[in-house]
Amino acid sequence: MKSAVVLLPGLNRDRDMIAALTKISGKAPVTVWQTDTEIPEVDLIAIPGGFSFGDYLRCGAIAARMPVLRAVAEKAAKGVQVVGVCNGFQILVEAGLLPGALMRNTSLKFVCREVKLEIANANTAFTRNYSAGQVIRCPVAHHDGNYFADPDTLKRIEGEGQVVFRYAEGTNPNGSVNDIAGIINDKGNVLGLMPHPENLIEAAHGGEDGRALFESALGLSKAA
Amino acid sequence: MPVIKARVTVTLKNGVLDPQGKAIEHALDGLGFGGVGSVRQGKVFDVEIEGADKAKAEADLNAMCEKLLANTVIENYSVTLI
Repeated sequence: MKSAVVLLPGLNRDRDMIAALTKISGKAPVTVWQTDTEIPEVDLIAIPGGFSFGDYLRCGAIAARMPVLRAVAEKAAKGVQVVGVCNGFQILVEAGLLPGALMRNTSLKFVCREVKLEIANANTAFTRNYSAGQVIRCPVAHHDGNYFADPDTLKRIEGEGQVVFRYAEGTNPNGSVNDIAGIINDKGNVLGLMPHPENLIEAAHGGEDGRALFESALGLSKAA
Repeated sequence: MPVIKARVTVTLKNGVLDPQGKAIEHALDGLGFGGVGSVRQGKVFDVEIEGADKAKAEADLNAMCEKLLANTVIENYSVTLI
């Protein structure tokens, strides 16, 4: 399975994402730069975390208007899987590829810690190697992860199973409504989440709870 | 070349939690300013546009708000020519 990683100035988790995809798929992802207008044929496009364009205006706002994001939108419309992590999630909502918005944490503080995540929907291309209701560990590191959507949108995404990850066991680090940590689009091929599964994929990370997300998306069966 | 000056104001919609506004509100209270009911934080953009066509400038500014300056999921905007 082939993958691509989107590079933008100010991202800082791109190497982690490239390392995770390389280790899990056995093949290095291609990288695409912000000004690229075409993305090669791949099965999965990943937008990593960081602080694209210094978080100027709003987190992800400038990145979402770059040519490469138009290319991502075209691929997403054709059914290619897209995952945005942290700033990548913020970019996807700013680009209108996912509903809602990510606002300043209610604590007003940057949070860098481990949280518990409940798999709220295991019936997606990104979570099929998890089981519904399973609780996993995952690191978070962000200042603006407080998910917000208007009541109608919230009702719709909750009703349609588009909430894929929820902060569990009282570990909501940012005040996110309904403890939402990650959502998927209505077509089921664009996922955004604030936590960093790419930073928990092997023993050297202290666990591999995030690995199944990439194995699911890459069409690999669960590691024994 | 004539220049049209405009001020764009972006504010959070009603019902959207504003933790920064809340923190400012508490800080004002701490400074002894009693009776501050609520503070909402927003953004102001002063934009200069070349040309003299005010109607076009206003239409462009509204489009700029829709496309970039405001996130209409959570924010309202207003455009004033000055």
